[in-house]
Amino acid sequence: MIEVDHLTKQYGSFTAVDDISFEVGKGEIVGFLGPNGAGKTTTMRVLTCFLPASEGTARIAGFDIFDEPLEVKKRIGYLPESPPLYRDMHVQTYLDFVASIKGVPKTGRTDRIVEVMGQCGLSDRAGQLIGQLSKGYRQRVGLAQAIVHKPDVIIMDEPTSGLDPNQIIEMRGLIRELAKERTVILSTHILPEVEMTCDRVIIINNGKIEAVDTPENLTANVRGTARFAVRVSGDVSKAVSGLATLPDIADVSSEIRDGETVVLVDCPTDRDWGPILSAKVVELGMGLLEMRREDLSLEEIFHALTTREEGV
Amino acid sequence: MGNILAIFGKEMRSYFGSPVAYVMAGVFLLFTGFVFRNQVLEFHDMSVFLQFAEYEQKSRLNVNEVVVESFFEFQTFVWMIVIPMLTMRLYAEEKRGGTYELLMTSPITSGQILMGKFLACYVLYVLIEVFALGYLGILSMYARIDWGPVFSGALGVLLQGGAFISVGILASSLTENQIIAAVLSFFMLILLWIIDWAARFADDVLFVVLKFLSLVEHTRDMIEGVVDTHDIVFFMSATVFFLFVTHHVLESRRWRA
Ligand SMILES: Nc1ncnc2c1ncn2[C@@H]1O[C@H](COP(=O)(O)OP(=O)(O)OP(=O)(O)O)[C@@H](O)[C@H]1O
Ligand SMILES: [Mg+2]
Repeated sequence: MIEVDHLTKQYGSFTAVDDISFEVGKGEIVGFLGPNGAGKTTTMRVLTCFLPASEGTARIAGFDIFDEPLEVKKRIGYLPESPPLYRDMHVQTYLDFVASIKGVPKTGRTDRIVEVMGQCGLSDRAGQLIGQLSKGYRQRVGLAQAIVHKPDVIIMDEPTSGLDPNQIIEMRGLIRELAKERTVILSTHILPEVEMTCDRVIIINNGKIEAVDTPENLTANVRGTARFAVRVSGDVSKAVSGLATLPDIADVSSEIRDGETVVLVDCPTDRDWGPILSAKVVELGMGLLEMRREDLSLEEIFHALTTREEGV
Repeated sequence: MGNILAIFGKEMRSYFGSPVAYVMAGVFLLFTGFVFRNQVLEFHDMSVFLQFAEYEQKSRLNVNEVVVESFFEFQTFVWMIVIPMLTMRLYAEEKRGGTYELLMTSPITSGQILMGKFLACYVLYVLIEVFALGYLGILSMYARIDWGPVFSGALGVLLQGGAFISVGILASSLTENQIIAAVLSFFMLILLWIIDWAARFADDVLFVVLKFLSLVEHTRDMIEGVVDTHDIVFFMSATVFFLFVTHHVLESRRWRA
């Protein structure tokens, strides 16, 4: 649905987006994750034909963003960082205006607007001035504006920023709902958000893609290892040395958590280590109290990926 | 066409939904009304003074010259102040408020947006002008007006307005700041007005060129009742020229750097 091909965007001599390529399939939800100034907004602005690329190109639903911007724009719904609202318009009038410039035919337009307002929880605000809405409701109008013409692709720049926790949960629900029939790209710097909403994460930093993967795989792949936390009855040091004798194990250590000693085993992600580890514990003549696979949190991955240069 | 109408409708709603249209119309009608009243009173004084004069002298006194011409001439000056205030928000406000991003990511061309905005401002301009022309209607109940120069003057003012508005829109497209847009268009209009002063000290060729560029010079002929295709063509091409430059400015940001 979206193919980005060696895209570069320069502001003067400053390179904000540096030779990025990725693809997004139909029906996928992809999250752009990156710190401030990473180039998320810039990438989205190029994809929506708001800014021209300096080099490279992208195709949306098969249409080139540079050669056929009108065709691309017909198929995109875009919620910018701050929702593009006219404060002196009423919610319904505003949506009617947007629908008309997005090419929603006059017949059935009102029905469509009523439907969208229902979807976004705006039904009882139809006649209110946008300037008088709370931030959360403005964000909803922004979302309604992005989906009113039933676009194939929805691009959202930090859709949950500035919302309260309840609204965030609602917004994520809405996004999941929308993504059933559409392709969604959203950006965020809140890590749990992508874990919760996205099928795939694209981590960008300094205008470059650092990693593209599912949230689960990223966790495992960051060092190519999975970690098991094992709690045993008996001599912990014996367990540590015993488990370390297993072939291919990267590292075994122990750590005291909440007053209990846990053995941490880092192993490759090539096979399922659970049964192997538990068999070894039993073989050592110890009791297995608990074993859990621990994923590195996205925070850790994010940190590991974005600080790689300085760290290594 | 549908897209142009959508933008046109939005701008109209915005003009009339806020005090802008009413305040600007009020300011314009107040100033022109004041000058109109003064000229009418002056005409009255002159007629009283001349009522026992010779026929020859009386016949030189003309309501068109004293009232109608100065009414149109003064208008040009007021429009130079009022039009920048009508056009300043057209692009600057969208850019500042982030809605420009909505327009530019919608399947609508920048030419359509420009036409919609221009037409909305022009229609508002014509509406205000029609009210002002009402003054002459009132006058015609008390004096015998020669309608020829009124029509040609009105035509001149209508053509001139298009050029003024396109200058204002160009200024608005250059900045995010409405005040800067207004000041910039005001100065551009002033420049196009005083450019014929410079002509006085120029040599032959430059004289002709500067005279030709002066917006006001072309209206003056029409106010005096002379309709020349040169003047009509001049205003229309000035309008198209400034809209073209605006379009160029708006499109240039979409070119590859
Ligand atoms: N119009 C501009 N002119 C010059 N530089 C710009 C412009 N817009 C953005 N930049 C720069 O490009 C870089 C990327 O900006 P961008 O807005 O894409 O970051 P972002 O990932 O969206 O950050 P955030 O999380 O803060 O929204 C930043 O360093 C920014 O300063
Ligand atoms: Mg951003």
